[in-house]
Amino acid sequence: MSLAPSTIDAQDGFFGRLDRLGVLIAVLLVAGMAIPFANSRANRIVPGTATPFFDALPLAAALPLAGLLVAVAVLALVRSPARLRMLASLVALGGLAIGLGIAADGLTPAGDRVARVAPAGGFWLLMLAFSLMASDAVARLRLRPWPRMGLLAVVVAAVVAILLSGLWNEVSVLREYANRADGFWREAGVHVLLALGSLAAATVIGIPVGILCNRVPRLRAAIINTLNAVQTIPSIALFGLLIAPLAWVGANIPGASALGIAGIGIAPAMLALFLYSLLPVVANTVAGLAGVPESAEEAARGMGMTDRERLLEVDLPLAFPVILTGIRIVLVQNIGLATIAALIGGGGFGVFVFQGVGQTAMDLVLLGAVPTVALAFAAAVVLDAFVELATPGVGR
Amino acid sequence: MIEIEHVSKNFDGVTVVDDVSMEIADGEIVVIVGTSGSGKTTLLRMINRLIEPSAGRIAIDGADTLSVPAHQLRRQIGYVIQGHGLFPHRSVGENIGTVPKLLGWEKARIAARTDELMTLFQLDPAQFRDRLPAELSGGQQQRVGVARALAAAPKLLLMDEPFGALDPIIRAKAQDDLKAIQRRLKTTIVLVTHDMNEAIGLGDRIAVMDRGKVLQYDTPERIVVRPATEFVGELLGSGERPFRLLSFRPIRDFVEAGPAEGAPIAETTTLLAALEEALWTGRDALPVADASGRITGRVTLATAVRQAARPR
Repeated sequence: MSLAPSTIDAQDGFFGRLDRLGVLIAVLLVAGMAIPFANSRANRIVPGTATPFFDALPLAAALPLAGLLVAVAVLALVRSPARLRMLASLVALGGLAIGLGIAADGLTPAGDRVARVAPAGGFWLLMLAFSLMASDAVARLRLRPWPRMGLLAVVVAAVVAILLSGLWNEVSVLREYANRADGFWREAGVHVLLALGSLAAATVIGIPVGILCNRVPRLRAAIINTLNAVQTIPSIALFGLLIAPLAWVGANIPGASALGIAGIGIAPAMLALFLYSLLPVVANTVAGLAGVPESAEEAARGMGMTDRERLLEVDLPLAFPVILTGIRIVLVQNIGLATIAALIGGGGFGVFVFQGVGQTAMDLVLLGAVPTVALAFAAAVVLDAFVELATPGVGR
Repeated sequence: MIEIEHVSKNFDGVTVVDDVSMEIADGEIVVIVGTSGSGKTTLLRMINRLIEPSAGRIAIDGADTLSVPAHQLRRQIGYVIQGHGLFPHRSVGENIGTVPKLLGWEKARIAARTDELMTLFQLDPAQFRDRLPAELSGGQQQRVGVARALAAAPKLLLMDEPFGALDPIIRAKAQDDLKAIQRRLKTTIVLVTHDMNEAIGLGDRIAVMDRGKVLQYDTPERIVVRPATEFVGELLGSGERPFRLLSFRPIRDFVEAGPAEGAPIAETTTLLAALEEALWTGRDALPVADASGRITGRVTLATAVRQAARPR
């Protein structure tokens, strides 16, 4: 009976054989092509003219790019191998990136330094469609940690190459960047310092506190509840609450002001981020230690390990993946939260966001927001890979 | 030799081990058997000071266990627990090498010892050394647990329900293997179990515990023949006692002259096997063969039945 396979096909029907995510991608593609691709303005704050895909790009570029996007979307629609889907979606994203550069070039009047061409809804929608396809393909490939980090490195390298090539120089965000290149890198440094410095402090303090909570159950509830309460204070309120005590410390403790401790600036920002970071680190340390199998503990004691040896050779290594998960949460959270530090003069990418909001200049907002999101995303990918590498039986 | 003298343990006013005294000779397997809550595990854990006694004294080879720091004492004593307690993040080789590493052995010596023990426990070193415990079967994990306890060649091995997590067939094999390895290494073993069959099968001597007291400390045979209290008798299971008794009697001691038909039985097996075989094949007598297969005489059903009776 050779009927079986064809019968199933017949029941499945044409739409049954389509990839569900592919359908979504195709819909996004159609929508993305229909709404404006780029937005051009005479200067950075006046309302602009929205330009659809085929008007934004010269025909010689629009046709091949549209063809490429449609071909990739078709690949997404049919059930194709994950490796091919990944490659195709990355090519589509690359094509879009180049398309944006060409559009910005074409829409900017020659020699005009104040005109702005910004990506519009259509561009973002198309990026979303093919990013979805890429992340779905990566998930389907079940890549091991190292290849995942390799892929991230390739994407980062590609973005850096585009930036260095000058392809996007006419895009509005980079025009803002060109005006503030020095400030950008200074704030980037401050941003990373805020996120990593508070994380380092929270790790150095939080892990011992977590170990203490594990050893002394009576302390556990008190400490975790206090940190939970800190976590519920809105960030702006916490910055505000810290101004008075830190101003007092800066004014009255000798040497404190020399270290930069003052009511506003980087010190309260750092302290607030540190306080927010403590809960995930402490809670995950406690959870990780609680998850150490009782029999392993008992065996370690029975074989003559001292308390210190047991902690270093059994408890912490077994709890490490969970602690690292806490550190991952903190890092991604801090990279985002550090933007708010700008409100109290703490610096970081938030400076551009708040300046941009104040001047209703969306390009300036993006100059602060896009690097923040990219940094958080990269940190998440890298630390997820580390967590997996640290988990016994998975990383090997 | 281990001397346990008037040892007691109280937890919050509840006496868990009550004035226990016993001696364990070198090279013996002593099984402490009792129901849960009898204090058997507490008694075992007081030997390596995982629990400190409330009163009394424990000495190993004449030296009070309190004379060295607890962690140093424990490094001299092997310890095996139920569910093996292997370190999940360490390879089989690293697990076995734990105590030698604590003792500061050189790497090459640890590696050689690890391979030696894996071979002894029928685990191919090349195949298993670098695997993680989770990749092994239950029986293999249990063997690694025992190998780890023996790594620094301790003279004394403490085992707390070591076969509790194994299924019956693997358990029987693990018990046989343990006995064979013990005969070879002459390690003194103190083993805790709730299973009287395991106690009788493994123990040179058995201590029966109930509510913190040792009710009887004797050879398996004397425990079966002369249970000290009613509780010991109950623990043995009254219906099985004649058969347990027969399992202590090698056929060799009951061979007589006379005719017997059919397949011979080996003189090294016990009267229990002879009884089973005679009943199953419907014979009144079985020919007995020695190791070379020569017929040395016969053993009769009547002998087996007579020997199953409680000695007066």
